[in-house]
Amino acid sequence: MPILSDKAMNSVISVENLGKKYLVSHQSYTALRDVISDGFRAIGRRLSSPRSNASGIQVEEFWALKDVTFDIKQGERIGVIGRNGAGKSTLLKILSRITEPTEGRVRIRGRVASLLEVGTGFHPELTGRENIFLNGAILGMSRMEIKKKFDEIVDFAEIEKFLDTPVKRYSSGMYVRLAFAVAAHLEPEILIVDEVLAVGDSLFQKKCVDKINDVTSNGNTVILVSHHMGLITSICQSAILLDKGAVVISGDVDLVVQTYLNSTREREIFLNDVSASSGRPFIITGFDIQVDGRSTRNIVAGSRVTFSLQYSMCDVSSYIRFGLHVLDDYGRTICILSPNQQDPDFVHRLTRGGGGISCSMDQLALLPGRYHISIHYSAGGDGLSIALDRICTFDVVEGDVYGTGVIPSEIHGVIFMKGDWRFFKDGSARR
Amino acid sequence: MNPGTGNHAGEEIIIEAGRTEGRYWHDVWRYRELFYFLAWRDILVRYKQTAIGIAWSILRPLTTMVVFTLVFGTFAGLPSQGAPYPVMVYAAMLPWQFFATALTDSSNSLVSNSNLLSKVYFPRLIVPSSSIIVCVVDFLISLALLFLLMCWYGVLPHWRILTLPLFFLLALFFAFGSGLLLAALNVKYHDFRYVVPFIVQFGLYVSPVGFSSSVVPEQWRLIYSLNPMVGVIDGFRWAILGGGQKLHWQGLMLATAGTALLLVIGIRYFRKTEQAFADII
Repeated sequence: MPILSDKAMNSVISVENLGKKYLVSHQSYTALRDVISDGFRAIGRRLSSPRSNASGIQVEEFWALKDVTFDIKQGERIGVIGRNGAGKSTLLKILSRITEPTEGRVRIRGRVASLLEVGTGFHPELTGRENIFLNGAILGMSRMEIKKKFDEIVDFAEIEKFLDTPVKRYSSGMYVRLAFAVAAHLEPEILIVDEVLAVGDSLFQKKCVDKINDVTSNGNTVILVSHHMGLITSICQSAILLDKGAVVISGDVDLVVQTYLNSTREREIFLNDVSASSGRPFIITGFDIQVDGRSTRNIVAGSRVTFSLQYSMCDVSSYIRFGLHVLDDYGRTICILSPNQQDPDFVHRLTRGGGGISCSMDQLALLPGRYHISIHYSAGGDGLSIALDRICTFDVVEGDVYGTGVIPSEIHGVIFMKGDWRFFKDGSARR
Repeated sequence: MNPGTGNHAGEEIIIEAGRTEGRYWHDVWRYRELFYFLAWRDILVRYKQTAIGIAWSILRPLTTMVVFTLVFGTFAGLPSQGAPYPVMVYAAMLPWQFFATALTDSSNSLVSNSNLLSKVYFPRLIVPSSSIIVCVVDFLISLALLFLLMCWYGVLPHWRILTLPLFFLLALFFAFGSGLLLAALNVKYHDFRYVVPFIVQFGLYVSPVGFSSSVVPEQWRLIYSLNPMVGVIDGFRWAILGGGQKLHWQGLMLATAGTALLLVIGIRYFRKTEQAFADII
């Protein structure tokens, strides 16, 4: 189903040439004293050299969104994906009318509710009951509507016993459940959701996804931003990929997600150009994953795996730190592989000019799922650390890790560990 | 139909740069429930958090009254137009305290609700206006104490006390207008948070709180009335104390005109800068 149709009659949201410019200065806010002192300086300059008209304030333009155009049809569930800083949140903020676009226009038909954060406006001093009303009102529900759904919300959040307890005493799980429960009972025609499902335990997450599917089954439109590709593909039919504020591709969700994942892979090639110019004593120029000597991104759980790196180095005396971060699809760091921890003197084994480093594991302990590699490194005493964020994405598929024919899947956790099982007759375990 | 939401079924909204929403006031009305809820939240939190709760809104004007009575009435021996000095001071403390807290709270309201501003859409005007409601509640509590004081000192209410709501409205609009202006400026220039306490402190000395405005020489009265709180305080005394209190009508007109002007400027500036709040807060 193409979503880039020419202003279809049944589109509920149509976005035309949308752009948003931010002025980036070094300070996050303007201080009045600076305005005054800059003003005086400007006057001073004008007096000394009347021709110059420079304001003296260094401001940089930054387009968070540029020329974004798309249509969303009634009842469509659409995912917005892209790297951090691609403009996803800015787009949602414009669609929810929190911020104004710099150019272009958006036409929205229908009642919009946006959920950019779980628990917006929750007050820690107020009780669960009071916060349900407050949060409901903030999200755009009327008092009658909240009253009508009150029991349902409490039920969904599973907090009956703590209704009259201030939420500052809630566990973080309870807090998130309550906050999401309120939001889940909004019944807008257009629901805008930003990365809020990645909270809570997996059981609750499942409940939330079901709720969203439920909400949309009666013809409501959903716009969802997430880094979790699994979530995007399970909820949405179509997707938009943003990069540096522009639409890269839009259309069928599988196609867009695939493009996104491929683009993250492309960065491994670009790595070379990006860092070579930086003139640093040590740079990492390439990364690869190999199984049986062949490069791959699909790994059977439990297989022997080698992560390999290429580096170039112009100063052998530098102190070097680096680590490979293995992240899951929610962005959580599962583990960090670092020679600094296992082999603190490794720097002496690096060669001037450049070379390769490999790290092999007899058994990759990850259970099925999608994982990402980020590399963080620093060299020398300048304290500058380079982060190559998610430069590689790989999938782990089910495998016979114990050699028993019993195959663990993602519901068995994130990693597997082999234990040494022994069984005793008299009931007391011994070493 | 859902009055609490920004957008009705079948309605179309257009988002564009520099588009001044024609239905802004319509939207404000539609979001009135959010206004109630935010005011309700502030009231709940105010009286939950402080251990002495309601007592606080009585203690503050009462202790200030005692000090001012001692300093201006007893030590300096200033006149009070026949009214008991403590009652005269308290009658001024009421609107002053209200104005000071309303101005402080409303000018801080946007920054202290920045989380809401950057995550949810609603007409931003709701935030500073709802923050004033809790000050109104404080005012009503302190007002009850005034009646006790009047009984104690045997001051009979005059018919003019019926005009008190008018003077209260004048104080409210003055606080609201200047609060809006300062709230918007506070978002843009964060150091305005140092300016507000200064205005409040300075205002206490230039307004006739501790003394009667009759001590101001006649030729300065009109200039003195440029501060709308002079009109408000004189009005409170005129309405509450009856008898020898005189109302400076020209001054009151000036105060009303000044307040109206400030309100217009405040709302206009607020509306002009409102769209950018989420970007710079």
